[in-house]
Amino acid sequence: MSKPATNSSHTPEVSSSSLSETAPFLDFLHSRGSLGFVWMTLAVSSTTTGSASPVPNSYESLEGGGYSGTSLQCSLRHLNPCPQTRPLPLSRRVQPTRIPAVLAGTDTSLGFRKCVIQEELSSALGGLSGVSELEAETLRPMNLLQERNILPPKRAPPPEPNLSNDLRKVNCSPDTFRCTLTNIPQTQALLNKARLPLGLLLHPFRDLTQLPVITSNTIVRCRSCRTYINPFVSFLDQRRWKCNLCYRVNDVPDEFMYNPVTRSYGEPHKRPEVQNSTVEFIASSDYMLRPPQPAVYLFLLDVSHNAVESGYLNVFCQSLLDNLEKLPGDTRTHIGFVTFDSTVHFYNLQEGLSQPQMLVVSDIDDVFIPTHDSLLVNLKESKELVKDLLNALPGMFTHTRETQSALGPALQVAYKLMSPTGGRVSVFQTQLPTLGAGLLQSREDPNLRSSTKNVQHLGPATDFYKKLALDCSGQQIGVDLFLLSSQYSDLATLACVSKYSAGGVFYYPSFHHIHNTAQRQKFQKDLQRYLTRKIGFEAVMRIRCTKGLSIHTFHGNFFVRSTDLLSLANVNPDSGFAVQMSIEESLADTSLACFQAALLYTSSKGKRRIRVHTLCLPVVSQLSEVFAGADIQAISCLLANMAIDRSISSSLSDARDALVNAVVDCLTAYRANGSNIQPSGLIAPAALRLFPLYVLALLKQKALRTGTSTRLDERVFSMCELKSQPLQQIMHMVHPDLYRIDNMTELAALHLNDSVIPQPPLLQLTAEKLTREGAFLMDCGSVMYLWVGKCCNEMFICDVLGFPNYASLPSNMTEIPELQTTYSERTRAFISWLLESRTFHPAFHVVKDDASTKTSFFQHLVEDRTESAFSYYEFLLHVQQQMSK
Amino acid sequence: MEAAVFISSLVDCCALIFLSVYFIITLSDLECDYINARSCCSKLNKWVIPEMIAQALATVLMLVSMHWFVFLLNLPVASWDVYRYVKVPMGNMGVYDPTEIHNRGQLKSHMKEAMIKLGFHLLCFFIYLYSMILALIND
Repeated sequence: MSKPATNSSHTPEVSSSSLSETAPFLDFLHSRGSLGFVWMTLAVSSTTTGSASPVPNSYESLEGGGYSGTSLQCSLRHLNPCPQTRPLPLSRRVQPTRIPAVLAGTDTSLGFRKCVIQEELSSALGGLSGVSELEAETLRPMNLLQERNILPPKRAPPPEPNLSNDLRKVNCSPDTFRCTLTNIPQTQALLNKARLPLGLLLHPFRDLTQLPVITSNTIVRCRSCRTYINPFVSFLDQRRWKCNLCYRVNDVPDEFMYNPVTRSYGEPHKRPEVQNSTVEFIASSDYMLRPPQPAVYLFLLDVSHNAVESGYLNVFCQSLLDNLEKLPGDTRTHIGFVTFDSTVHFYNLQEGLSQPQMLVVSDIDDVFIPTHDSLLVNLKESKELVKDLLNALPGMFTHTRETQSALGPALQVAYKLMSPTGGRVSVFQTQLPTLGAGLLQSREDPNLRSSTKNVQHLGPATDFYKKLALDCSGQQIGVDLFLLSSQYSDLATLACVSKYSAGGVFYYPSFHHIHNTAQRQKFQKDLQRYLTRKIGFEAVMRIRCTKGLSIHTFHGNFFVRSTDLLSLANVNPDSGFAVQMSIEESLADTSLACFQAALLYTSSKGKRRIRVHTLCLPVVSQLSEVFAGADIQAISCLLANMAIDRSISSSLSDARDALVNAVVDCLTAYRANGSNIQPSGLIAPAALRLFPLYVLALLKQKALRTGTSTRLDERVFSMCELKSQPLQQIMHMVHPDLYRIDNMTELAALHLNDSVIPQPPLLQLTAEKLTREGAFLMDCGSVMYLWVGKCCNEMFICDVLGFPNYASLPSNMTEIPELQTTYSERTRAFISWLLESRTFHPAFHVVKDDASTKTSFFQHLVEDRTESAFSYYEFLLHVQQQMSK
Repeated sequence: MEAAVFISSLVDCCALIFLSVYFIITLSDLECDYINARSCCSKLNKWVIPEMIAQALATVLMLVSMHWFVFLLNLPVASWDVYRYVKVPMGNMGVYDPTEIHNRGQLKSHMKEAMIKLGFHLLCFFIYLYSMILALIND
């Protein structure tokens, strides 16, 4: 925990008075020992609130209390005087001109017509014209056994929530904030009936092209639940607003009445905070426990014999030299290097030295830091020395004979070095750590790689790395792990150091700078992105929901510090998070459920910012509406997260069974809800038609598959990816896109910026769709395959790939040459269009007959039967059979 | 002799009651954000083994003094304690793991467990008290 530099009275919000009463009670309890204990405990538990704490618990109190619905409900119910009208049934049509007050500013009537406004709000939501058709389309029953073409021709956009147009316009982008059910069920019973998980998938720090930044001095927040003002609050009159999460009525501060954008006074609802659901506030010093930290980067490099053999040092040093100017930061940026093999080496980069000085500490049982100042140096001042070091580093260890790796002590030393400031540690490891604290044994049994029974050793072997990660998280140090090993390195244990300190894990199996050029190129490109992407330091995130909803499980790389406060030492634009929710109380008296994710972070330039995203979804009371609003991609991702948790805590086969049961239960619930559906065939609503396909694809992922030989490290890495990537990446990984590209035409092509981008239709992932006469592109997110059929027409091979015929294609081609033919331009335009919004560039393979890439390509064809797994049709039959039990 | 057995098990039971109450207080502190997950878990993990020892002591005392009914009453709790301790996955920092405690309702289940143990220990307390008084009277 960083020690607050100032008095703990810097907590800006008002704690409810009952808290200050209970605090002395607790002191009494801790210090005395009377038998009044039990009764006191009961008194304490009945007055717990969960808002700001009197103990300077740093970030909880800064960010503001979470809303603990259960305890505040009694005091807050009376604040909701207006009888809420129920949302009108969807079939009834209402004039679309009645706009909610928050956005229209019906000024004159606002004073006394609170109830009318509520009514307007709920009536504007229900029964807009056109809604019934949308719902009918998503609920159209389909017999999955008979429909062969269920894939849409292009990647389906996320389902639109059933809100009025105005609310829809300001609602948070689904790329940032997505819910598994776009129609929130009213009660937990209804949710249980639907047998679908309720959760949110977030990508809060996504790179945004357009972000409104609010520079005002006052940040308007609800007084009780500390929600930031958002587009979905209601203004009761010009001076008061009602929180949409806890329904408390708050005052509008004077500064808020003036709108700097339109230079008008008296229209608080026109301010940018209330017109945008994704905003960034500039945080005042109330939101800081200490002065914002500078960007501090430490690189921990493995220089054992193994590492030098693989040659990653060359790639790393070159990459860092190229990107030294582009490292996010300002004049205070610090950088440092530590290398380790069986001892730990430090580099003195003090400005003024003629060359970097290496200091070796060989006592790894009790590592100490040799000098204090000059190991983490100011980048601007010591830039020449840093460059010298990077140029010299690959050559320094070429003749090393050290085969041991003391990763644990190196991490401990990194922790000590970074503790005063916090920052980011990037660890590059190429083998199992064999020396010192945190040494690991090889746990994998190669014979059990294809076992159909339980897969062992998915969890960590020791808690050393977890403890270290928690220590680092407390000091705002994020640890990223790059594993470049060719043998088993117990990633299950090593990944813990990144998981709980909000870092990321990168894995390059069998990395070698000469023999494996694909991995080397991928490493290079990944490093480029990694070093130059935006970064936030000492961050915390809090997710608040409408009263009645509560979050019970979190997925992602962070440390859950308290019930809904996530501590992220570093936050980066490439990590996604997921949470699961439950409905504690009935939402019957509201028609809208809102969710707000607030991320408080220090930018790399030392500015404290708060990024706030708010999502609004309608609440429904009918089971069919819940099904109509199901977002199948979000559901699959959340199920993947849950399955991975289950496979680590209980067993892999349990997790797989649970996934199949999820499909069975959901379709059974749908069938039970429909009135006169014949039980022959497998009926699913159109909204859920891809559900069995996605679940089958999940079951065939490296993370969850059995029966096929999977290395343990690759399996664990696949699990880490599924838990920490944002939704689009996961969907590409789980269900890749397959296109035929040798006969792309300009029909229905996109015309962007003078280039014509063809739009071939998506194909189903089955070998049926592959033909020998074609060439097919498979986009799997982090890797792309171009499969060329044996009898593919030679014009394609010549024009696009640059070779005269199929036989002359090299077996390890990893990029498409830039030729001047139309075909080549078209193909490259298409591929770059696919990669447009992708942050990490995929590795590219041209698949011919080469064994390894061909196997991976065919493994992604999830609808096909393999020796240990069902084909799609067999899976549907299996589901049908389970349903009839 | 009887009395001595019951006096010692009474004292043991008192210790167990205090321990359960301590667990409940610490867990509820965590729920209300008075302490953070790490300090809560390290405090609780410190007392897991003493609790196990105390419970085992009570069970063994009853076994040795041949009070079968009370022995059978204590046995499930003692075996649950041991099972819980043994079943901790290798990578976890003890029975109470700060990274897992906020996930999947573990906090609630730990709280429930502590409450049940408290109720059980109170029941045992009165049983021992009664038996002790009986034994003292009969001596």
